[in-house]
Amino acid sequence: MLDFDAGKYAPYVWTAYGLTAAVFVLMVADTLARARRWRRKVRDRETDKTP
Amino acid sequence: MIAALANPERFMRFSRWAAPLFGVIAVALGAVGLWLDFIAPPDYQQHYTVHIMFIHVPAAWMSLFVYGCLAGASFIGLVFRHSLADAAARAAAPLGAGFTFLALVTGSLWGKPTWGTWWVWDARLTSVLVLFLFYLGYLALQAAIDDEQRAARACAILALVGAINLPIVHFSVTWWNTLHQGSSVFRKGGPTMPPVYLEPLLILSLAYMAAFGALWLVRIRGEVWRKRANALALRAAG
Repeated sequence: MLDFDAGKYAPYVWTAYGLTAAVFVLMVADTLARARRWRRKVRDRETDKTP
Repeated sequence: MIAALANPERFMRFSRWAAPLFGVIAVALGAVGLWLDFIAPPDYQQHYTVHIMFIHVPAAWMSLFVYGCLAGASFIGLVFRHSLADAAARAAAPLGAGFTFLALVTGSLWGKPTWGTWWVWDARLTSVLVLFLFYLGYLALQAAIDDEQRAARACAILALVGAINLPIVHFSVTWWNTLHQGSSVFRKGGPTMPPVYLEPLLILSLAYMAAFGALWLVRIRGEVWRKRANALALRAAG
């Protein structure tokens, strides 16, 4: 059975998990945003929307 | 395999299906690993802080693995002047910095309740901090040089110099007397960790690896598009 109790160590454990989740979200968001931005620029430039 | 993927068109075809596949594997392994993590009993010595191990150790392993990828791609880019290798190196650096940051911060959060201190200048912690500084130096150097080819060459040399630090990080707990514990997984005679901790640790490590695979491929795709967009802009201007 899942046990999320961390006793008196909860501040250390949950801060570590929270930071890990935040860094993963940041890495995923930044990676997808960059790829989408350059893909869109290629499409725009191929169709001459942007000089 | 690597030679076949050196062709950008072939790489784009491969990464189009491989990146989401790695992403799905990462999410599935992450879910299983976290489930095993939170059904594991508290350790007799470390109590509930053992949960931090499951996210700290994979981040630390990834910090070394990603730097290995960065150095390998830099070497290929420097020697064979291959633009996709430069793109792969450029794409790996921010991810490696992210994993190394996590290794340092989660290690510090684990160190305080178990060692009684957030930080100590022992060989392992200091060499990982140096690794993080190499990542930051790589990113700063890349941003500082406008000429893309010059930047790629300078960054590749920096990455190869930094590779000297990898065996120092790995063997620091053997070569010096450190507060940081020695290896308990990859050691002669096999792991000393009981399966109830070893299984979630290895599964979460594979999840981190798959997540890196997915993100790296997408970032390299972004680099290929960036180069293509810049080439199109130059053509339009000329």
